Amino acid sequence: MNTLIAIVGLGVFCLVAEIFNFRKAIIPVSVIALLALFGLTITDNLPQVAGDYSNMIEETSFSKTFSSLFILLTALLLVLSNNVYKNTSKISDFISIKIFMLSGAIAMVSFNNMAMFFLGIEVLSIALYVLAGSHRLDIRSNEAGMKYFLMGSFASGILLFGIAMLYGATGTFDVPTLYDASISANTEYWFYIGVILITIGMLFKIAAVPFHFWAPDVYEGAPLIVTAFMSTFAKVVAMAAFFKLITILNSYMAYSYEIVILVISILSMTIGNIMALRQNSVKRILAFSGISHAGFLLMTLLNIGAAANNLLYYSASYALAGVAAFSVLIYVCKNEDDDKIDNFNGLAKRNPLMAVIMSLALLSMAGIPILSGFFAKLFLLNQVISAGFLVLAIVAIVNSMISVYYYFRVILAMYTKDSVKQEVEHGSEFYIVGIVAAVLLIVLGLFPDTILHLI
Amino acid sequence: MQSILEQVGIGNYIILSALLFCIGAFGILYRRNAIIMFMSIEIMLNAVNLLLVAFSTYHQDASGQVFVFFTMAVAAAEVAVGLAILVSIYRNIGNIDIDNLKNLKG
Repeated sequence: MNTLIAIVGLGVFCLVAEIFNFRKAIIPVSVIALLALFGLTITDNLPQVAGDYSNMIEETSFSKTFSSLFILLTALLLVLSNNVYKNTSKISDFISIKIFMLSGAIAMVSFNNMAMFFLGIEVLSIALYVLAGSHRLDIRSNEAGMKYFLMGSFASGILLFGIAMLYGATGTFDVPTLYDASISANTEYWFYIGVILITIGMLFKIAAVPFHFWAPDVYEGAPLIVTAFMSTFAKVVAMAAFFKLITILNSYMAYSYEIVILVISILSMTIGNIMALRQNSVKRILAFSGISHAGFLLMTLLNIGAAANNLLYYSASYALAGVAAFSVLIYVCKNEDDDKIDNFNGLAKRNPLMAVIMSLALLSMAGIPILSGFFAKLFLLNQVISAGFLVLAIVAIVNSMISVYYYFRVILAMYTKDSVKQEVEHGSEFYIVGIVAAVLLIVLGLFPDTILHLI
Repeated sequence: MQSILEQVGIGNYIILSALLFCIGAFGILYRRNAIIMFMSIEIMLNAVNLLLVAFSTYHQDASGQVFVFFTMAVAAAEVAVGLAILVSIYRNIGNIDIDNLKNLKG
């Protein structure tokens, strides 16, 4: 709860700083504050007093570690924003919206009452609608904002109907009572309708396959820095919240529900990868690879009792690889009209360091050893096999091999094609973020134990 | 004296709000005018509000009615953002037909 209060305070500070003409200090101050909060949250051992804050918030190791991950990602992405918003007068609006979005994300993993969860997901989504349409003179950004808004509110409506059904079956929004109802034998059938509706709403939010059609368009149209937020931060947040919801509402999963999750996971991986093969825009490649990673993340639900650490590890490695890739993508595409693969031609000669960062990020997403992406997939598949879903593991491995093809298209363009453009200097933020994220990927890959026992 | 809820029955309230919810959902799927789509979203959210209030009376528990206030505030914020996006679309292309938004191909 202290984290949440501090973050909302930071958001208000960013809004007020504009009045006192502190615009230049906004990003440094908020990044330093977020790093301090990261340290405070991850080392926070204070026992929670029962009945605090009217039981709206619960502080478990799950919520603390995921909150720390979200804070770290936001800090990295805010450093990237520095260059993007350098010449606009609206910097305080954009930064404060991003920080409020973080507060929504933290509410989504530490809720102890469905009202808190609903407010969290809406704060996150509304902030993203604004950001997706934030290039207001560019019709593509408007279109992305509109599509995201329509799909997002549709999903919120379904989610809300599910919450109302849970309330109808139990007469409370309190999470422990809902958990008791979910394991009791004589719960009314409305409860299960509610669980199904909530599942559909959350599958929309994480862009898993039957509900994925909005993702590529929105990612392509939104400004690059916002796409970075959506494909790394928002996806990980939605998945963590989905995981927590399932542990509460459906921890003893029926066989039919397991089959549904299994089929959705297989479809997400396969369709995401196959669609990514024929894309030329790097944003769309990352969008479809995000859909296939959503399939991998959904596998954690099949072994819900023991998978929380794997979810954290996979989320961290996927999100950090995404941040590294987007730092290079923003660097390369800053002065371009589009984000075609051709823009990467000859990057290795123009700027070897950036090419190395991009390669590490893509290799980690593809699952090549030493990098954390490989171990994330290894631990996940180990668990899936021990839970008895051998077919799913085989499909996942085949999909990893397919995904290598389109990741290598970008890498080959950087290393084998000739460059037609001159190098322009862009500032050091991209290097800082890219190097930090790439180093974290390698460190997590070499020492997975550092975060594998946190929850 | 019986309360209204006992006379009508909770089942009918559930059916009514499910119907309203479906009207909203089909409105989003089949109508192409952005304003109508916004109204459909509102119908969906208000169907949920009706359901929450009915359940709240059924369980004699006030938290459902408090939740409705949250939902209303969120719905207002959501539509405000949606209308802002719509205004910038109108400024760019001069109309609000969703079918004109085909610059991003999937």
